[in-house]
Amino acid sequence: MEPFKIDLLLEKYFEAETSIAEENDLRTFFSSQDVPEHLQQYQSIFGYFEITKEQKFEQKTQPQRKKRSVKWLSIAASIVVMLGVGIFSYNNLKTFPNQDLGNFKTPEAAFEATQKALLMLSENVNVGVSGATHMQEFNIVKDKVFKTD
Amino acid sequence: MNQNEFINTINPFKDKLFRLAKRLLVSTEEAEDATQEVLVKLWTKNDGLELYNSIEAFAMTMTKNYCLDQLKSKRAQNLRIVHSNFTDRQAGLLQQLEDQDSLNWVEKIVNELPEQQKLIVQMRDVEQYEFKEIAKILEMNETAIRVSLSRARKTIRELMTKTHNYGTI
Repeated sequence: MEPFKIDLLLEKYFEAETSIAEENDLRTFFSSQDVPEHLQQYQSIFGYFEITKEQKFEQKTQPQRKKRSVKWLSIAASIVVMLGVGIFSYNNLKTFPNQDLGNFKTPEAAFEATQKALLMLSENVNVGVSGATHMQEFNIVKDKVFKTD
Repeated sequence: MNQNEFINTINPFKDKLFRLAKRLLVSTEEAEDATQEVLVKLWTKNDGLELYNSIEAFAMTMTKNYCLDQLKSKRAQNLRIVHSNFTDRQAGLLQQLEDQDSLNWVEKIVNELPEQQKLIVQMRDVEQYEFKEIAKILEMNETAIRVSLSRARKTIRELMTKTHNYGTI
């Protein structure tokens, strides 16, 4: 394109009167190699506009799918935890009534021995209680001798 | 509209939303967040979208409003976003140009423009929208847009000539 035509176009360009097609002509002219020296100062302006258009929006636009996977993951994790707790407690409850009878062979013998031991204990307690009645007698006599107000 | 249809609808213009957001917010991360936010909003509208005759124009308006809101709240907190991503360029195109630094200058100058002009330059000179479309997105009339664009382009030229001749005059 002839330089004088470019000058005219530039004039129009700075008055914002150019059409898109004319602006494209300017762009192609300034991106070419043979730009006269007095026009080289405009080269970077058009070059800059050209380059800016290359910028892209890089991010992916799918925020929803991410959320869903997190939800499923948490459900799966809670099921695993619940299963673990369930199996653990099930096994422990099953072994709880243990059949350890110590020195005795049958449950009946163990029951009798326990009864005997408890009887002995209560007899000894009674001995202690009968001793305490003497103490009561002593208290009464003491009150008679020492008058208290 | 299911997910695939939605993605097919937004694919042609999601980069434009991102670039518009980046023009206003400057930082790449902020612009990504803004774009994501706008896309989520569009997705929640879903079936209502078919009522708009141009989803792209509607999305551009949404992005513009969202970014301006962001800037407003940022300013209230006395924070300013500073450029840090000048180097994020395509190497092949860059090598065609002798003076790499002047590209950064253009970016700096464009980012210094008032928000209105930034938006218009972005949509006309980068995305090459027709004036009619820009008028719809910005809810302005075409004459006002032409005036604003002409002003912005002249500012860029003026400041570029200044940096170009720096030290020679």
